[in-house]
Amino acid sequence: MSSTMVTGSVDTHQASGSGFSLKEWVFTTDHKRVAVLYMIGAFAAFLVAGIMAILMRTELASLGPTVTDNPAAYNTWLYFHGAAMILGYQIPALTGFFANYYVPLMIGAKDVAFPRVNALSVWLFWMGLVVALLTFVIPDPPDIMWTGYPPYSILTGGNTAFYTFTVLLMGFSSIAAGVNFLTTIIYMRAPGMAWSKLNIFIWCTLAAFIIQIIFVPILGVAVTMLSLDKYLGTHFFNAAAGGSALIYENLFWFYSHPAVYVIFLPAVGLIYEIVATFARNRIFNHMKMVYYGIFGVLALTGLVWAHHLYIAGIPNWMVLIHVFTTLVISIPVGLLMIGLLGTLYKGSIQYSTPMLYAAGFLFLFLIGGLTGIPNAMSAIYMHLTDTYWMPGHFHYVMAVSMTTAILGGTYYVLPKMTGRMYSETLGKLGFFLFFIGVNITFMFTLLMGVKGLPRRYYDYQQFPELEWMQQWATIGSYIILLGALVVLVSWLHCAFFGMRVGPNPWGSRSLEWTHAPSPPPPGNFGGEVRVPEDWSPYGYGK
Amino acid sequence: MKTLKRLIAGGALLLPAVRAEAEEGGAVPDITEAWHHLWKELLLDITIIGVIFAAVTLYLLIRYRRRKEGEEGKGTALTPLASLGWVLIPAFIFLADDVFLAAKNFELWNKMREVPEGSYEVRVEAYMWGWDITYPGGATATNELRVPEGTPVKVALSSRDVLHSFFIPDFKVKWDTVPGMETYIWFYPRTVGEHVMTCAEFCGTLHSSMHGKVIVMPEAEFKKWIEENTPQKKA
Repeated sequence: MSSTMVTGSVDTHQASGSGFSLKEWVFTTDHKRVAVLYMIGAFAAFLVAGIMAILMRTELASLGPTVTDNPAAYNTWLYFHGAAMILGYQIPALTGFFANYYVPLMIGAKDVAFPRVNALSVWLFWMGLVVALLTFVIPDPPDIMWTGYPPYSILTGGNTAFYTFTVLLMGFSSIAAGVNFLTTIIYMRAPGMAWSKLNIFIWCTLAAFIIQIIFVPILGVAVTMLSLDKYLGTHFFNAAAGGSALIYENLFWFYSHPAVYVIFLPAVGLIYEIVATFARNRIFNHMKMVYYGIFGVLALTGLVWAHHLYIAGIPNWMVLIHVFTTLVISIPVGLLMIGLLGTLYKGSIQYSTPMLYAAGFLFLFLIGGLTGIPNAMSAIYMHLTDTYWMPGHFHYVMAVSMTTAILGGTYYVLPKMTGRMYSETLGKLGFFLFFIGVNITFMFTLLMGVKGLPRRYYDYQQFPELEWMQQWATIGSYIILLGALVVLVSWLHCAFFGMRVGPNPWGSRSLEWTHAPSPPPPGNFGGEVRVPEDWSPYGYGK
Repeated sequence: MKTLKRLIAGGALLLPAVRAEAEEGGAVPDITEAWHHLWKELLLDITIIGVIFAAVTLYLLIRYRRRKEGEEGKGTALTPLASLGWVLIPAFIFLADDVFLAAKNFELWNKMREVPEGSYEVRVEAYMWGWDITYPGGATATNELRVPEGTPVKVALSSRDVLHSFFIPDFKVKWDTVPGMETYIWFYPRTVGEHVMTCAEFCGTLHSSMHGKVIVMPEAEFKKWIEENTPQKKA
């Protein structure tokens, strides 16, 4: 198997040794700096959307008005929380920050295939972020939830165009990144870096970008039609003129369910990297996990969207098909979990902070995955859908599990990015606060769902008996906030005061640790990397 | 291999649950009761899977913790047969559970979607933010759905403006109301009492205030109420 090393004609940006220059950062084409720009943007979105969550949880802590007596304000917080967490935090953190930082380093490339397109991607992402943040400035903020369902999103006085443009900017950013990273992975692997030697994270990123390239345009079309209906008088979703809201619901979920796997795959890839490194063990059933786990998810991802619409008025035959496909997608996901457990087997697990997050992931994702099974079953779903059960489930499976991957992954990469080590005490404290907080909040969220409390409620006068559960969920959210602050402090502490460490403090076998200094210079490796015949990123115990 | 053995043991535990539902013989099925029944079975199913996975995870995390500095993992490559087995066997077990659950699901789903003969039909039109109710004779009400005890009730659903969702938590039924479409649910109120009905699809500012009551009345009282509230035709 031969691999070509494409150096490319675009110069990777030369970092000058003379301190901080804003211009160098803004106009950078170095994948590691682009990664940092994604990282800052994604965690800023996480923080602001997190503050919205705290406001909402405080509002819900008592019956009747608590923080605000204006339900519209609450709806705007909720809109921002959902849209920013998914489009501004999780997807950019995983396919922006981590993909940028790791892909060239893991495959032994000097940079991505198209460094300037990469800069365009991160710029578009930041523009999307700014448009989203304008929610708090404009007089008529969007109040349409991250799903933006018509006809409400068309009839509302809220500014749906800001939603459309946020989605479009983020979407173009993702498509450009997708083309860039697929090209990079296919053509820029170091000599000797055969497909079978790629890190699991690379395979996951590859699959995630295939999904983005296929499905993002569909979301783009849906939200564009929405604004055309609202502002230019078309009637795609207007029932009175022969349109249907169901068209939008189908288009929206035809992207937005696969989007779950755009987040899940790179996240599980990071967990695999962490587990292999800290258990110092080979990946269990490595290539079978790629073929049946990752590709299995990829094959089914576009066939399960209607489980969001069982009771939306779709034909019964669609329900029948999607109940089955949705249950069946548990198979590749289950295989990926078995792969993680198999990697622990006969390992030598060191409990540094990243590994704690990975261990947390195993339990949180288990709860998240299993609480999804009732949702696949249309008859059970009829009661559970649109109740607190759903946010309970998807916070476990997406919000919280994927955040353990993102936070754990960040602790894992920090010594590479900064050349410094974080404080284990702060790292572990942050993890335990986070882990305890999320379980309190989202266990009660699940329970309130079983009791039938609908989601997206500003108040719950018709369910006064649930107030005590709301209060527990709110207490949990404050613990999460405390954990997040500890995490932030520990990162800043690491960046400025951390102990200096060598290029490979974890003793990993993967290229980014063994071949590149910390932090890696522009061009990443001193010279060209050649991968020997018997090399593996997980060649432990030899 | 431990994981595998436990998975098989877990599967065997589920077998007694596989049994035909008692024949109803034309009687009206109690879908709310059936929901609770299936929910309990499902909780048992996912709890068993969850406990097995959690126990294996915990065991592995503790058993294989690093005991001395510089220690390496001792995992070895699988033989081709084992590596395929570790895909096919778990996949088969998951698939068996999936098929079992799907079958259980459709049994209940079909009952939920098939309105029993002789159901009492009311029309509910959702709007921002309330429910307009129309009875067969022309009686109307807002946000208070009165129904007779012991008769299955079909609710024909429509929307005047945006998406809503008609939800009665106590009866475990819910369906979206879609502009330009007629949808339906049915439920079976067997005893006198009051239940919350509420909107479950985000519909704007006062979404959380869009609720009312389902009032199950003794049949005679219900008839009286209908008579008193049906508009008199002009002679």
